[in-house]
Amino acid sequence: MCGIAGIIYHDAEQHVSENELMRMVAQIAHRGPDGSGCYVKNNIGLGHARLSIIDLEGGRQPIHNEDHSVWVSFNGEIFNFVELKRELEGRGHRFYTQSDTEVIVHLYEEYGDAFVNHLNGQFAIALWDEQKNTLLLIRDRLGIVPLFYQQSAQRLVFASEVKSILSTFEHSPSLNLSALDQLMTFWSPVSPGSLFEGISEVSPGEMLTIKNGEIHCQQYWDWAFPDAEGEYRGGSEEQLAGELHDLLIDSTRIRLRSDVPVGAYLSGGLDSSVLVSIIHNHSDAHLRTFSIGFEESGLDEQSYQDGLIQHLGADHSRIICSNRDVADNFVDTIWHTEAPVLRTAPVPMRLLSGLVRQQGYKVVLTGEGADEVLGGYDIFKETKIRQFWAKNSDSSFRASLLKRLYPYLDISKRQGQAYLKNFFGMGIEQPDLAYFSHLPRWITTAKCKDFFSDDLKSKLTENPYDIIENSLPKVLPRWHYFNRAQYIEAKSLMGGYLLCSQGDRMLMANSIEGRFPFLDHRVIEFANTLHPKLKMKVLNEKFLLKKAMGKYLPSNIVKRYKQPYRAPDIAAFSHGGVLPDYVEELLSESTVRRFGYFDPKRTHLLVQKIKKGRAIGHKDNMAFIGILSTQIWHRLFIEQFHERFSVK
Amino acid sequence: MNIEDKVKEYILENYLFTDDMSALGNDDSFIEKGIIDSTGILEVIFFLEETFSLAVEDDEMVPENFDSVNNIAAFVNKKTAA
Repeated sequence: MCGIAGIIYHDAEQHVSENELMRMVAQIAHRGPDGSGCYVKNNIGLGHARLSIIDLEGGRQPIHNEDHSVWVSFNGEIFNFVELKRELEGRGHRFYTQSDTEVIVHLYEEYGDAFVNHLNGQFAIALWDEQKNTLLLIRDRLGIVPLFYQQSAQRLVFASEVKSILSTFEHSPSLNLSALDQLMTFWSPVSPGSLFEGISEVSPGEMLTIKNGEIHCQQYWDWAFPDAEGEYRGGSEEQLAGELHDLLIDSTRIRLRSDVPVGAYLSGGLDSSVLVSIIHNHSDAHLRTFSIGFEESGLDEQSYQDGLIQHLGADHSRIICSNRDVADNFVDTIWHTEAPVLRTAPVPMRLLSGLVRQQGYKVVLTGEGADEVLGGYDIFKETKIRQFWAKNSDSSFRASLLKRLYPYLDISKRQGQAYLKNFFGMGIEQPDLAYFSHLPRWITTAKCKDFFSDDLKSKLTENPYDIIENSLPKVLPRWHYFNRAQYIEAKSLMGGYLLCSQGDRMLMANSIEGRFPFLDHRVIEFANTLHPKLKMKVLNEKFLLKKAMGKYLPSNIVKRYKQPYRAPDIAAFSHGGVLPDYVEELLSESTVRRFGYFDPKRTHLLVQKIKKGRAIGHKDNMAFIGILSTQIWHRLFIEQFHERFSVK
Repeated sequence: MNIEDKVKEYILENYLFTDDMSALGNDDSFIEKGIIDSTGILEVIFFLEETFSLAVEDDEMVPENFDSVNNIAAFVNKKTAA
């Protein structure tokens, strides 16, 4: 991975300042500490911070075509560049580097805008075509690599991270209140919104064409599912498991392509175990793995990790994350997420990438995406059970199946029944509602907004549910309810949070590139044609993945109950009722009032509850982390704007 | 694969964690042998609805219909013939 930045003036007579462009690049130096470069010509400027992984000597960017009329600044990897280069050389293209980046300019010459469909990879691309006077900004299909832009009357500024764009601002930015409202409902703003007023992201699978100040958006790829029962892929379970097996081996194989060694994250769960076993059984790569352990036993998975390490003989390093580590590293983490979060889970991920860097590695494979693609999450189970219940919503028995998922529910008692009806029963009469699957989660998350100040509430004019519903594809209502849930999960939590705040940002904070074999678009396109019951057989999650890959793994990994990755939230900050000084100050009534987003009294009561050790619930944890991270965000990006960003 | 085998395969795979078909007799009682608890029976009903496209009513959710492979097969035959 790397970082990219750029400026284009709409008026061709204007000139981009190289100094300004390199200031932008300097803000994202952590994404590319191995070098920087730029191309500036009249009204266009492309900048680049390089993390060298392929063609260490010759891959400096920006890169051009044979006659220097097409230039590209590129962040990411094209995993099928070997095959593409061979094909392009066969058609007479001449290459001056060994890098994957150069494939882009020649592929563009060959296919025009449609070149992107030939790429298998993760990327943010800025491509300048001098003859057409056109800039293309393209983001990979899933949104693994970030890309933001800000359009004004004079120019468009873009970069891998918002902080790079902020370095061009004269005045401090402001918080996009609607985006905060969405984040505190769906965990992230609905794309293309960002937390910064006036700054948008290029959405996953989107290409922007910028010409003469006009922006044309084109969705070149999206998740798609069969419209009808008969359109799912045929074949026996064994045949389909075999196809999935072969696809995963190939998607992992091409992700091991690198001129530096590649390691892997190992959580102890099924997905990372599958990847590590593929590396062990199907490649010559040295098996180097990295993991996190937690001081809190309820969050720790070391015993599963150790079992697999022993089984495969991996060369392993682990970092143990204490509660205090989370509190001590939270502020710097928000600097990298550039957005408030509702859990501290990104913090240990940043510490883990630090360990990888310390061990001399730059690239890791991770199991991210398997749950969304192949049906692993509890929210899919919950959706299935609620649909099972909705078939006969008056049934005295059907709702009891929720006990499979939440064993602590005391369903036999009157109170239990009422709780079920109130919570999981939300929308039970409308099983065809587009976001039926996600209603209970969103309504719970939105409880954080009870802490919003009256002033903020009065400024919110849009209903977040309308915004997300309008962002969904028109064909979605025709899909199977399980596929609808997959789509919403992939586009909201995965695209907006897991791959960003918990993914790219935590990796790149330590200049580490993550690669995601389960998010190879061939795997997704294959999986999307599988009948939902092959993904989750009744309530057995990732059924076909287990069938395809279980033979490589110890049975306790295949049969284990899925444990979601969590980090300590309130427990990380409150030690015997004492909070760190910076938390006390940021959540004090005066600071909360001054920043203006939250109600000072309510926030104070939450803090008091925490100090008394009474705040232990899910909602209290989310509200506390959400409020604290928003306060930190404001301090870093608004209050300290002039100290942190160069100003014209 | 007939109904008995489909049901048996599901029970073996999900509750006994084996593919040894001899591990469960077609008349073995799930409750007496401690194979499936009351919530697990709902899971089995879910499996039947998903696999055989049928709907189970509340008053049909009784042990006589779901307590063994043969009981289930008889129930499915009755429902799908109706």
